[in-house]
Amino acid sequence: MRGLLLAATLLALVPLVLIIYYLLKKGLGSINGSFFTSDPTGSFFGSIGGVRSAIVGSIEIVALATVIAVPVGVGVSLYLTEYGKEGRFSQLVQYFVDVMTGVPSIMFGLFIYISLIITHVGGNFTAWKAAVALALLMLPIVTRSSEVVLLLVPSSLREAALALGAPRWRVIFRVVLPTALPGLVTGSLLAVARAMGETAPLLFTVGSATALTYSLGQQMNTLPLQIYNDILSPRAVVVAQAWAAGLTLVVLVLLLNVIARFISRRSRIA
Amino acid sequence: MNSPATSNKENQLMSTAEESSRQTNRSEPPRDQHAVGGHAINTVGLHAYYGEVHAVRGIDMTFAANEVTAIIGPSGCGKSTMVRCINRMHEEIPGAWAEGQVRLDELDIYGERVDVTAVRRLIGMVFQKPNPFPTMSIFDNVAAGLRLTGTKADNLRERVHRALRAVGLWNEVKDRLNSPGVGLSGGQQQRLCIARTIAVEPEVILMDEPCSALDPVATLRVEELIDELKERYTIVIVTHNMQQAARVANSTAFMLDGELVEHGPTTEIFTTPKDERTERYVTGKFG
Repeated sequence: MRGLLLAATLLALVPLVLIIYYLLKKGLGSINGSFFTSDPTGSFFGSIGGVRSAIVGSIEIVALATVIAVPVGVGVSLYLTEYGKEGRFSQLVQYFVDVMTGVPSIMFGLFIYISLIITHVGGNFTAWKAAVALALLMLPIVTRSSEVVLLLVPSSLREAALALGAPRWRVIFRVVLPTALPGLVTGSLLAVARAMGETAPLLFTVGSATALTYSLGQQMNTLPLQIYNDILSPRAVVVAQAWAAGLTLVVLVLLLNVIARFISRRSRIA
Repeated sequence: MNSPATSNKENQLMSTAEESSRQTNRSEPPRDQHAVGGHAINTVGLHAYYGEVHAVRGIDMTFAANEVTAIIGPSGCGKSTMVRCINRMHEEIPGAWAEGQVRLDELDIYGERVDVTAVRRLIGMVFQKPNPFPTMSIFDNVAAGLRLTGTKADNLRERVHRALRAVGLWNEVKDRLNSPGVGLSGGQQQRLCIARTIAVEPEVILMDEPCSALDPVATLRVEELIDELKERYTIVIVTHNMQQAARVANSTAFMLDGELVEHGPTTEIFTTPKDERTERYVTGKFG
């Protein structure tokens, strides 16, 4: 039995090891000085450029998505744990959050496409719309993870604060949130990491661009789309660059995960 | 028969209620000068429920000012629930509610215009398990009551130090006020929680089995503290431990199945109880 389980474990590790192996083998070669400092040219001849605009785009879009999703997500979970308790409405919200977690990510892109893009709200394809799509994707993840963490905050602390004569909102801001903070940050970072690697919600929201821009009101380049486009290129150097971009993305996500783990280890509860 | 102190207290509760409903800045009369002469609590026909469960069944009882009143009784007799009704913490449990009156002097704290946070500032509570805030230092834990209630105190440091001295914790922690409160021992944590409660300068302190999680030495220390505190506060203590009631309480009440069986001077309850059930309980024949 033990041998069987060990074999299954090793089998599960195979694709993981292979992915890392191929990423390093095919990606490392293309990473040079100009990889992080120049933008993709998209031309069929001459220099292919780097992936600077893609990195900038990914970080900016995910940052905006985080700014939208984390406060709302934590807010929803606070409502559920601190006010809603076991009410009908809370159960309904929890159910919808669960459903949203299971929605395929391309649906968020489609939803933004029909609601914000074909309606021409504030321009055509723009980066902030992609951020909204990613925020919708992150929202249920943040809400679920925050709810779990908030439920771990001992109710004895809430009681202690209430018994001192504190109004409930101060109990939340001065006691519940600070106690849960490491866990909230961890959950949010995991959602950020998830959003960082998503391609589908970007496909028909962010448009296509290769040039560097810092404006979220324009079309933007992103790492997942850069990889998606480059890997289909007939030029071998561009395909190689796609691997390097893939490696960059994986390292970014890995970094976020490591930070999340580090913070969760400092947690004071559970 | 309102004494001047009473009407003062009444104004304070009412004005806080009115102000908070108007969403204006709260301004309270300065409370640093502690009123001389404590305040009594009266319950009149107090009932408490958890959903369908009728946990407290009509209690009329007086907790005398500047005295320690102990409530004893077997597990599940409603003594904790009753005490939690006195500062309206009972209603924080989903589905729980109370009816009847609890009077602080003459004011019904369940009255319509009374602000529940003001009630809790005047009637503090110490819980069974020490519950210092894990994110806060020793100093911040004691200051928490003032900060959480939005009390503007210029002499915050002084009030924290005074509270720590009052619970006899000062010498043990004065060199590490900035280290976490949860780093203290269980007994120290409980005294820290008592310091946190008295830093808000309440009139009444409710203690819900405050020593049940402590070792005998720490228990003794807290009992001595209770004896000192009664000079300034009216104290209600729920306890499982009859020896503890005998040691600290001026009067003792025996509760059974949500009802008050008997309430009298502690020595009488333990030596010549009037009710047969009380006698059987204090002599260890049941419970």
